[in-house]
Amino acid sequence: MEPEDVEPGDAIHPGRPVVVDRYRGAARINHWVTATCLILLAISGLSLFHPSLFFLTALFGGGQVTRAIHPWIGVVLFFSFAGLFFRFWRANLPTRTDAVWLSQASDLLAGHEERMPEVGKYNAGQKFIFWSMTVLILILIASGLLIWEQYFTWVTTIPQNRVLVLTHSLAAVVIICVWIIHVYAAFWVRGTLRAMVKGNVTGGWAWRHHRRWLRELVSVRKVSP
Amino acid sequence: MAPIHTAQTNPPVQSVPPQFSEKDLIRRSASTVPPPAQQLEEVAKLIDVSKCIGCKACQAACIEWNDTHPVIETNVGSYVNPHDLTPDMFTLMRFTEWDNPKTGNLEWLIRKDGCMHCADPGCLKACPAPGAIVQYSNGIVDFVHENCIGCGYCVKGCPFNIPRISKVDHTAYKCTLCSDRVAVGQGPACAKACPTHAISFGTKDDMNKLAESRITDLKSRGYDNAGLYDPPGVGGTHVMYVLHHADQPEIYSNLPRDPKISPVVQAWKGLAKYVGFAAIGIAAAAGLLHSTLVGPNRVTREDEDNAERLVRDET
Amino acid sequence: MTNSWTDIRNTDLVIIMGGNAAEAHPCGFKWVTEAKATRGAKLIVVDPRFTRSASVSDFYAPIRQGTDIAFLLGVINYCMLNNKVQWEYLKAFTNAAYLVNEGFTYQDGLFTGYDPNKRDYDRSTWEYQIGLDGFAMVDETLQNPRCVWNLLKAHVAAYTPEMVERICGTPKDKFLKVAEMISECSTPTKTMTSMYALGWTQHSKGSQNIRTMAMLQLILGNIGVRGGGMNALRGHSNIQGLTDVGLMSNLLPGYLNIPVEKEKDFGTYMASRAFKPLRPNQTSYWQNYKKFFVSFQKAMWGDAANAENEFAYHYLPKLDVPQYDVLRVFEMMHDGAINGYFCQGFNALLAFPNRKKVTESLSKLKWLVVMDPLDTETSRFWENHGQYNDVDTASIQTEVIQLPTTCFAEEDGSLTNSGRWLQWHWAGGTPPGEARHDNWIMGQLYRRLRALYEKEGGAYPDPILKLTWNYQNPDEPTPEELAKEINGYAVETLHDPADPTKVVLEKGKQVVNFSVLRDDGSTACGCWIYSGCFNEAGNNMARRDNADPGDTGAYPGWTFAWPLNRRILYNRASADLQGKPWDPSRKLLEWDGEKWTGYDVPDIAPTAKPDVVGPFIMNQEGTARLFVRGLMRDGPFPVHYEPFEAPIENVMAPKIRGNPVARVFKDDLAQFATSEEFPYAATSYRLTEHFHYWTKHNWVNSVLQPEFFVELSEQLAAEKGIADGSWVRVWSKRGSVKAKAMVTKRIKPLVCNGKTVHVIGIPLHWGFMGRALKGWGPNSLTPFVGDANIETPEYKAFLVNIEPTTAPVTS
Repeated sequence: MEPEDVEPGDAIHPGRPVVVDRYRGAARINHWVTATCLILLAISGLSLFHPSLFFLTALFGGGQVTRAIHPWIGVVLFFSFAGLFFRFWRANLPTRTDAVWLSQASDLLAGHEERMPEVGKYNAGQKFIFWSMTVLILILIASGLLIWEQYFTWVTTIPQNRVLVLTHSLAAVVIICVWIIHVYAAFWVRGTLRAMVKGNVTGGWAWRHHRRWLRELVSVRKVSP
Repeated sequence: MAPIHTAQTNPPVQSVPPQFSEKDLIRRSASTVPPPAQQLEEVAKLIDVSKCIGCKACQAACIEWNDTHPVIETNVGSYVNPHDLTPDMFTLMRFTEWDNPKTGNLEWLIRKDGCMHCADPGCLKACPAPGAIVQYSNGIVDFVHENCIGCGYCVKGCPFNIPRISKVDHTAYKCTLCSDRVAVGQGPACAKACPTHAISFGTKDDMNKLAESRITDLKSRGYDNAGLYDPPGVGGTHVMYVLHHADQPEIYSNLPRDPKISPVVQAWKGLAKYVGFAAIGIAAAAGLLHSTLVGPNRVTREDEDNAERLVRDET
Repeated sequence: MTNSWTDIRNTDLVIIMGGNAAEAHPCGFKWVTEAKATRGAKLIVVDPRFTRSASVSDFYAPIRQGTDIAFLLGVINYCMLNNKVQWEYLKAFTNAAYLVNEGFTYQDGLFTGYDPNKRDYDRSTWEYQIGLDGFAMVDETLQNPRCVWNLLKAHVAAYTPEMVERICGTPKDKFLKVAEMISECSTPTKTMTSMYALGWTQHSKGSQNIRTMAMLQLILGNIGVRGGGMNALRGHSNIQGLTDVGLMSNLLPGYLNIPVEKEKDFGTYMASRAFKPLRPNQTSYWQNYKKFFVSFQKAMWGDAANAENEFAYHYLPKLDVPQYDVLRVFEMMHDGAINGYFCQGFNALLAFPNRKKVTESLSKLKWLVVMDPLDTETSRFWENHGQYNDVDTASIQTEVIQLPTTCFAEEDGSLTNSGRWLQWHWAGGTPPGEARHDNWIMGQLYRRLRALYEKEGGAYPDPILKLTWNYQNPDEPTPEELAKEINGYAVETLHDPADPTKVVLEKGKQVVNFSVLRDDGSTACGCWIYSGCFNEAGNNMARRDNADPGDTGAYPGWTFAWPLNRRILYNRASADLQGKPWDPSRKLLEWDGEKWTGYDVPDIAPTAKPDVVGPFIMNQEGTARLFVRGLMRDGPFPVHYEPFEAPIENVMAPKIRGNPVARVFKDDLAQFATSEEFPYAATSYRLTEHFHYWTKHNWVNSVLQPEFFVELSEQLAAEKGIADGSWVRVWSKRGSVKAKAMVTKRIKPLVCNGKTVHVIGIPLHWGFMGRALKGWGPNSLTPFVGDANIETPEYKAFLVNIEPTTAPVTS
């Protein structure tokens, strides 16, 4: 048993159905701030990435405003995500089970979750999302700062700048893809969204998707009456 | 089209209707334009480095005509002032003291830096804001400030390091080739002010001919490698140089030997767009497909029961 | 200029020496680029620094500042030894063949008659041998050892290429290349133009610098021809006009002289101005001196100047010294002999040498009036600006009154350019604030002074009370009214002397030009050489016809050139003794058998026969002078003298310091440094981004060249540990400045007389007023001594020391 899998605030409420607390309020707020930032960044970034999407700048009040606020949103996202990171990183450390889980991922996708090994609070897919986000956000914030015309372009040469802007664009594409997977997974696995909205899941959900986590919670008696 | 007036001829005194407008655009950043009905005669500014005395009258004229207000800087042991192009200084004399290894003589190479008005403008290619950068069929590449968003992509796109972004209004500035003057039959302000006719302005054909005669003269004076700088890598430029040492453009304050739009910029504005969209599209489509084929992953009654049992048994 | 800016395009070779045309005269320099581009002309630059002019030259040779005479005498020597002489021109148009007095000699750097106590010569032996016919004797074969040519040959023989290298630091091969290029212009079909400016005038032997080149040009046959000439590039848009209209303490308008004390009456004054021809049939145009002088007096005092009172000769001041030049005036101020100063259009605190002395002098004044469009340093000399103007304000009692004036763009009037063109201009803006035209201020001053004289009398009120003042608005004469007065008019109806019934000009009408002026008081003319500028045909200065018949570069319908709209002086010399142009492809004038025809106004009587009358009509000889007789104080031939502060001794005459006849005031002598104390040879100059001390008040110019700097070689910088762009202190025996260091390859150490000489360049555009960053000018450092003939201060060659330092303290 790896106690890291159990995060502060995780708790079981016996009943019919069993309700399991998965995310505390602060974590949820943190997540949704980050999520909002990411969405705004994606929209504003895409609007500057391809001319056909430039119209999206209208959502922010025009090109100038979009150009001006995109990096600031990025800064907010960076700090917000940093909050998530420090909340979740331990539970997202890879385990041996992850390899097994990954090797059987096709079963999961094919709808045979029962063939998957029991996983803790996060499965390898979720961990992949977590670490991808972490790495990509680091790349994006670093490259983003250095191509921030208003303040930091002088730090690098123009040829470096060009590489940075290309890197930023590609990282953005990747993070959007990761985000799509993240969102899709949340919808595909029904009952998941509730974790980030209400903060809890049903015992069945935990049993089905994160049985080991549920067992851990039970074993460490994190059960409230 | 009315004749193009070079800096050496007197401009018309009667008012002239603008000779080109939006209808004459051949490129418009982040957007498309219909092919213009007429092709304007290509214009060019020819900067004869061998005639230039570095007096900076061009800079003064540029400041005055464009009504800019560059900062009074300091002396840092150089004649280059301001120290670089700025949003308020669209052209700059760059001075290089060069010992000619062949003759043993010192040469003071003075080059007027500024926008080259490339036929294939990297700034325009990089620009994400529709209509912020435009190119007229006469070759002038101009910035349209009301459309500019100040992102600085033009800076990254330019092979000559020319555009500068204002910290005041956050838009990009560079030489306009005095498009406002040229439109009404006058030459650029710098050419007008140049006391030694080192700056000429006219049709590109005429400027090529003028350059030819200048190169012949320079060769007769022992500059065997005199030549015209009209780099093909950017499709040619509408600001050209006559250089005494055309074989070594980099001695003129790092004038690029073979400028072209950086492959990184090409990748960014080309492949990256398509690959990026494809990736995002595939990710979304995959989700959709999966959802259709496999359907949602729902928690069953059995799962709930198992959970309840586990909790009950343990407690 | 003997020629004009536009004529430079006709040349084959431009030599820029004693100037930096591209830098200081960029607009005029266009004609050099034009000559290069269209005629394949070559450009030579000889300068201590590799200048902006050098950057577009075909050949550059370095020279130590203050050694131009040695260089040029070396070129003359080269031409003589290599038979590169335009012989026909030389024999006919110069005094080469004239025999010189037996008593005249030259030895050890001095000519006959030197008095070391007076620092002056008895010049009586510096004369021609005069024959029994009263004319100068000549030997047209040039065989006589006493002829000018042979004396000159002996005089220049010492200036070998080796000696030139030793004195000037110009490597022998570079000197020989320059000499060879110049000497090729001795053929009648190749011409050289000399473009010079303050680089030649601002020396203790400035006049002789210019004279040496003039001699060379005569030997090459390049005076009076298209694309030739001696072309002084005037630094101020109207400085030519300043000397023309006599704003000099010793001159009246049109280069007439203010009488001196010993000329007690008009007769005595005129006696020394007879200017009889020294050769048969010559014009000696100054024989008309009296016409011009009397007409000037009539313009000044009208009816009050008449035959009975010697045309008001006594209204003129009589000089007790040769001239009240700026150096003398400030010396007198310093001594307390002058205690009021009206400063109009000058920035004395930055323009005159030895700023410390200038500050002390101004501080001793009772009052100082500054008329200027700008808030000048002179008007704020009493204000403490930290190290930039470290004065004790409380101890200065001078009352300073500032009268803001308009600038050139806010007034109508004419400016006379280097090519002697009087170009009318129109106000482009209205004066700001309380600024007033200079005419208004001067008019008010006159009116109020006159009222005082009227009321209170005074020692001698007549010159003031009787001054002609016939202006429509007496408070403010208009530029047109003044121009008309300068042009001249008929005081009485003029009749043809040959046929008294024929009226030449009605009373009150404008004279057509100075040819109709008379010495009987029937004409008035404010400045004879300008006569013709505003006659009955109207304001000729306002003409703007840019047609150029014959494509000569003369543009005769463009404004008005003095004299008589003549574009090239001595233009008769462009044709040979038969009156045929030396170079048919560059015809200017031609003798058609009866008269001179061509593209310019002949500088000779139109019917003067080519083989009889010489082209240099202002000279009594009718020829130009290689030997200048006693007309220059420091010698009939130029001699190499070192600057008063020189890095090496005078190798030709080690005992002589500076120019032996240059005036030196007692206290200033002690302030001349030796090269032991101050090892580096400094020079001062202007930059193209600025105009004097004006444009530092302008934002744009200040952007283009923001801060005071000095230039030095990489070698000296390494020796002294000075980094490019760092602060240095430069000091002389008279003062100290701080500047940014510009370490450059464009200045290289020279080797003179076996010694390495480092040159330091000091541009002059900064002060403590205006927009640009605060700084100093070279006048904080330069010596208080001037040219021996005309007292132009020696700004171009002096000694300093240099060291790294820290930024100046601003307050």
